[in-house]
Amino acid sequence: MAKNETQTSSVTRRQFASVAAAAAAGFLLTACGPRRLHEIPRDRLREAIKEWERDYSEKYGKAVTVSDAGPMPGVLFAMALDLSRCNGNRRCVEACVAENNQSREPEVQWIRVLSMDKDKGIDFSDADPYYEPAEVPEPGRFYVPTACQQCRNPPCTKVCPVGATWTEPDGIVVIDYDWCIGCRCCMAACPYGARHFNWGVPSIPPGELNSNIHYLGNRPRPKGVVEKCTFCIQRTRAGRYPACLEICPTGARKFGNMLDPESEIRYILENKRVVLLKQELNTMPKFFYFYGT
Amino acid sequence: MLSCAVAVWAAWLLVRDGGARVADTVRHQSVTASASPPAAAPVQLRVEVPPPPFSEGVFPCSECHNEVDLPSNPTRRQLVDAHDEIVLKHDEEHRWCLDCHDGKNRDQLHLASGEVVPFDESYRVCGQCHGEKYRDWRAGVHGRRIGHWNGAKQYLLCVHCHSPHQPKFKALAPQPAPRRPMRPDR
Repeated sequence: MAKNETQTSSVTRRQFASVAAAAAAGFLLTACGPRRLHEIPRDRLREAIKEWERDYSEKYGKAVTVSDAGPMPGVLFAMALDLSRCNGNRRCVEACVAENNQSREPEVQWIRVLSMDKDKGIDFSDADPYYEPAEVPEPGRFYVPTACQQCRNPPCTKVCPVGATWTEPDGIVVIDYDWCIGCRCCMAACPYGARHFNWGVPSIPPGELNSNIHYLGNRPRPKGVVEKCTFCIQRTRAGRYPACLEICPTGARKFGNMLDPESEIRYILENKRVVLLKQELNTMPKFFYFYGT
Repeated sequence: MLSCAVAVWAAWLLVRDGGARVADTVRHQSVTASASPPAAAPVQLRVEVPPPPFSEGVFPCSECHNEVDLPSNPTRRQLVDAHDEIVLKHDEEHRWCLDCHDGKNRDQLHLASGEVVPFDESYRVCGQCHGEKYRDWRAGVHGRRIGHWNGAKQYLLCVHCHSPHQPKFKALAPQPAPRRPMRPDR
C-alpha cells in the first residue's frame, strides 16, 4: 500500500526543486527586471524617472526634469495644418529637432516638408523633400509637412513583435525606447514614412539638450531604436501647444482636443475643407490638412 | 391646414436660427475668455493682443499731425514731404491714408461707419473687408498662436504678420534641406 502511494506521486524531489527555482527566477525577472513602460507600476516608474534624471543631468551637464504626466480625461489630441498657409520655410523642422532632442549627427528629423506641384495636387510620387531655393514659396509649388499622423487605426503598433509601441488614451502613439528591439517592422508598416531609425549613436550637443523631458517622449534615445513625433507630449500634456505650432511664422498649424466642441480643431473640422493623407488605407489619422481660404 | 404647416415651418426656422446664434455667442466668449466683460454685441468683444508694431518714432501721430502745425488735408495725393517710404499695395487704386487713418483723431483709425478705433483694435478695421479671415482669427484658426491649447493663448494683431500697407505675406529663406541618405563611403 505505502509502496503504491510513492509510485503515484510522480514528482520527484529534483523535479520539484527545478520547477520551483524556475518559478522563482521567473517571478524575480518579471517583478524586478525590466518592464514595458506601457504597464509599469507607478512606484517603479518613479524610481526609473529618478534614475533617468540623474543620468541625463550628469551626461549633459544641466538639470533635467523627466515628467510622468498622464493623459487628461476626456482629451483626444489632434493637429490640423493649413495647406493654403504653409510656405515651406522648415522652421517647424528646426524647432522640432531642438524640442525633442533628435540626433544632429546622424541627422534625424521627425518632420519632413514635401514640396509638391500645384498642377498635380497631393501626389507622393512627385514630392520633393530636398527643395532648396533662396526663398519660399516657389511659384507653382505648395508644401505638405508630414510627420506621424497619430492614426486611430495605426498599422505600426499592430506589427510590433514586442509591444514596444502603443496608443495612449489621449490618442498619442508612443514608443518605449528601452523595449524597442530595432526590428523596424513599424517603419515598414507606416504608410507615411513617419518613423525614424537611429542608425548611429545619436548625438546632441550637451548645451542643446531640452531639459523638459517626458518619459514617453523626448528622452535621449540609444542607437538602434525607432522614434517619431509624439505631438510634443512633454508640452501638450502640460496644456501647451506643440513646438512646431508655436514657431510657425504663417500660423499654419492648429492643435487641440477633438472631443471639445469649442476647440479650434472642431471649428476646422466643421467649417473647412479637410483632407487626410492616404485616406483609402483606413488608418484614420488625427492629423488633418485643410484649406483655410 | 396650409396655414398650420406654415406656422410650424416658421417656428422651426426661429428655433434653428436662435440656436445658431447662441452657439456663436458661446464660441466668441470662450475665445476671448481673458477679455473685458462681454459687450452687448458679441462680435465687438475685445481681444487681448500685444501692442501694435509701430515703426520707430512714428507714434503718437499727433506729435506732428496737430491742428496748429499740420492741419488735416483731406485731398487724395502722393505724399512727398513725409511717409514717402510707404508704398501702398493694398487696393491702392481705391484707397489712401485717410480711408483707415482718422483725419481728426490723428492717433486713431476709423471704420467705414466713422466710428473711431484705437490702433490696438485695428483688427476691426481689417475685418470690415476681410470678414471671413476676421471670423477665423477670432475662432483661433487664422493666425499664429502661442500659449496653451486649453487655456490662455497669445493672439497677434493682423498687422504683426501683414504690413497694412503691403499685406501680402513676405517670402522667407527656408531652413536647410534634410541630407539625402548616403552610404558613408561615398
